[in-house]
Amino acid sequence: MLPEPAHPQGHGHAHHPALAHHFDNLAQQGEASTLGMWVFLVTEVLFFGGLFLVYLVYRSKYPEAFIAGSHELDVLLGGINTAVLITSSLTMALAVHAAQTGHRRTLIWLLIATMVLGAAFLGIKSVEYYHKFEEHHIPGPGFVFEKEYFANVQLFFSLYFLMTGLHALHMIIGLGIMTWMLVWSWRGIVTAEYYSPIEISGLYWHFVDIVWIFLFPLLYLLGRHG
Amino acid sequence: MASPTILIPPRHYLNDGYGVASWLLTRDHKRIALLYLGAVTFFFFVGGAFAVLIRLDLATPAGDLVSDETYNKLFTMHGVMMVFFFLIPAIPSVLGNFLVPIMIGAKDLAFPKLNLFSWYIYIVGGLFTLYALVAGGVDTGWTFYAPFSTVSSTTNVIPTALGIFITGFSSILTGLNFIVTIHRMRAPGMTWFRMPLFLWSTYATSLINVLGTPVIAITVLLVAAERVFKFGFFNPALGGDPVLFQHLFWFYSHPAVYIMVLPAMGVISELVAAGCRKPVFGYPFVAFASLAIAVLGFLVWGHHMFVAGQSVYAALIFSILSFLVAIPSAVKVFNWTATMYKGAVSWDTPMLYAYGFIGLFTIGGLTGLFLAAVGLDVHVTDTYFIVAHFHYIMVGGTIMGYLGGLHYWWPKMSGRLYNEGLAKLSAGIVFIGFNLTFFPQFVVGYLGMPRRYHSYPEEFQVLNVLSSAGASILGVGYLIPMIYLMWSLRYGRLAGSNPWGSVGLEWTTTSPPPTENFAETPIVTWNAYEYNAPVEGHVA
Repeated sequence: MLPEPAHPQGHGHAHHPALAHHFDNLAQQGEASTLGMWVFLVTEVLFFGGLFLVYLVYRSKYPEAFIAGSHELDVLLGGINTAVLITSSLTMALAVHAAQTGHRRTLIWLLIATMVLGAAFLGIKSVEYYHKFEEHHIPGPGFVFEKEYFANVQLFFSLYFLMTGLHALHMIIGLGIMTWMLVWSWRGIVTAEYYSPIEISGLYWHFVDIVWIFLFPLLYLLGRHG
Repeated sequence: MASPTILIPPRHYLNDGYGVASWLLTRDHKRIALLYLGAVTFFFFVGGAFAVLIRLDLATPAGDLVSDETYNKLFTMHGVMMVFFFLIPAIPSVLGNFLVPIMIGAKDLAFPKLNLFSWYIYIVGGLFTLYALVAGGVDTGWTFYAPFSTVSSTTNVIPTALGIFITGFSSILTGLNFIVTIHRMRAPGMTWFRMPLFLWSTYATSLINVLGTPVIAITVLLVAAERVFKFGFFNPALGGDPVLFQHLFWFYSHPAVYIMVLPAMGVISELVAAGCRKPVFGYPFVAFASLAIAVLGFLVWGHHMFVAGQSVYAALIFSILSFLVAIPSAVKVFNWTATMYKGAVSWDTPMLYAYGFIGLFTIGGLTGLFLAAVGLDVHVTDTYFIVAHFHYIMVGGTIMGYLGGLHYWWPKMSGRLYNEGLAKLSAGIVFIGFNLTFFPQFVVGYLGMPRRYHSYPEEFQVLNVLSSAGASILGVGYLIPMIYLMWSLRYGRLAGSNPWGSVGLEWTTTSPPPTENFAETPIVTWNAYEYNAPVEGHVA
């Protein structure tokens, strides 16, 4: 059973419990949070951008080594993960819609679905990491690669672990945010009037998804057909 | 001026709750500004202590005071402390935090909890760096050039890098808060072109914070990761490229110079308008010059790498772009000067700092043009000429602006007036001490003395002794304000709401302001700096 919404409607707009004292109304508050999240995502683009730059520099410097490294990655698992993540973005988008229209039960189920898909992504990712560990493809003194381009293949795997690892860290933070949103939705704090927390969490989730949309072809696909 | 019956307001942000928790858990932007004031002052004096030791060591050519290894740590810790923990946060987080909401007529920043969180992040980052200091220091220079920082150095690079990484998020979140606040929280009638110019420069600074800081974050993270996991991104032995590190580092660290100086420029615009009782000449030009500096600042990083092996074409382009930054910078200097022309120019302490800023920033800026010229830069790279140049911008610019702003808004922040005579005296001491410290460094650098050496040929001793003597005068100039400002908190005369007779929303509320800043949300019907046409409720 769902608990009763903590803050029933008709309470008067001026005193909506979610309205912080320094805002005039919920619309201004929602616009501020949305803009804040967009600015944060710009920051994130530049953060990942540094790594993408390092990737581009070394890929153009050592194309053969990067293709050789790319061949070692599991395209099937990576592809499944891509599908999982895109589906989670769909459930997230639907969750935002459910929040806007005030369908609390649907919202809760969609958030749970998003979290399950996110966790599945991380599970599959750890299987991939484990395979790389077994194959001694972890950069460092224990790194083993039978073919040529030893040092430069290690650069590829360094980037692979850094970029996907940082992405996975963002996924874990995303799951934390989703848990928080689930609690808020369950308690009825999120309403059709006050849905901006779900909306900006969704922005974050989609952003992390988009980072993967770039990582997958760059790391798994580029140059494989050759 | 002050009427004889000034009373302290019965309710203001300083008496709205007492005790440690009311400060450490506050969400009031004004209290958070004071938390930052305490913290940046602490780091300023830590960084200053290293400068004292550096100048003492350089008083003799043989470097008698410390070993060369200790000397490497001294200039590194001086740079790290001053750049990341004082110059970058000082004006935005102290004056910006206090003034941004008040100047636009808002009750607080858009995200008060995030604002407090930013302060804690800053403190945690500072603790990491202090730990590195206590654990034996770090010797890479504040620039962390690879592969020395990633392979060779045996000092505390990782905690220092993590400290900078963590503190960076404080800059990012403060910048984010300001951007959203300026976009979404302006009082009715406060249009963009009615905003005080301090807000334009704070906004431009916040853009750099948000766009540049994540790049230094990932860069220092890579340095730490290289040391731990032996990745080799910047290690030629593993196929990496040390010059790539320099690109990543300067992509942030050149714009960081504008993070330091743009807020000071905003302060100077306020001081000049108030001190000359005139609107700032060419308001839109000064406003857009801030944005132009922010944008151009991102396109010039390569001028730090003229000798690092980049292509000659890249060097040419970076050189031209670096010259371009002079245009918006000069627009500001000319417009401040034009504002003073036929103005009722005052000699109050804030104006003394403004005069100091304009002169010193001009010298720093013009010598910057020398360095934008590839040929001349090759001659003076890594000499004291560079050291003198950037201290004219960072110390002569940023700290002059910071101190001027602190004096101008101190009566608003504390509700009290400081001792004007002592303040003028220390402003003079700072100006004289500064020039005596850093002007000889231009000369000694041009003659060929390299930076970052703890000993030097004997013919450079006279200039170095002059510099060390200047530094001790400068140190006195920084200590005196500490004393009389603290003194004023208890014994200073009451300031009243508008001791300078300035216009601007911050002067319409009481000193100190109430927690919610204004009794009721102001409705703005006037432009910034309407000193010629006083508006009702604005007693000029």
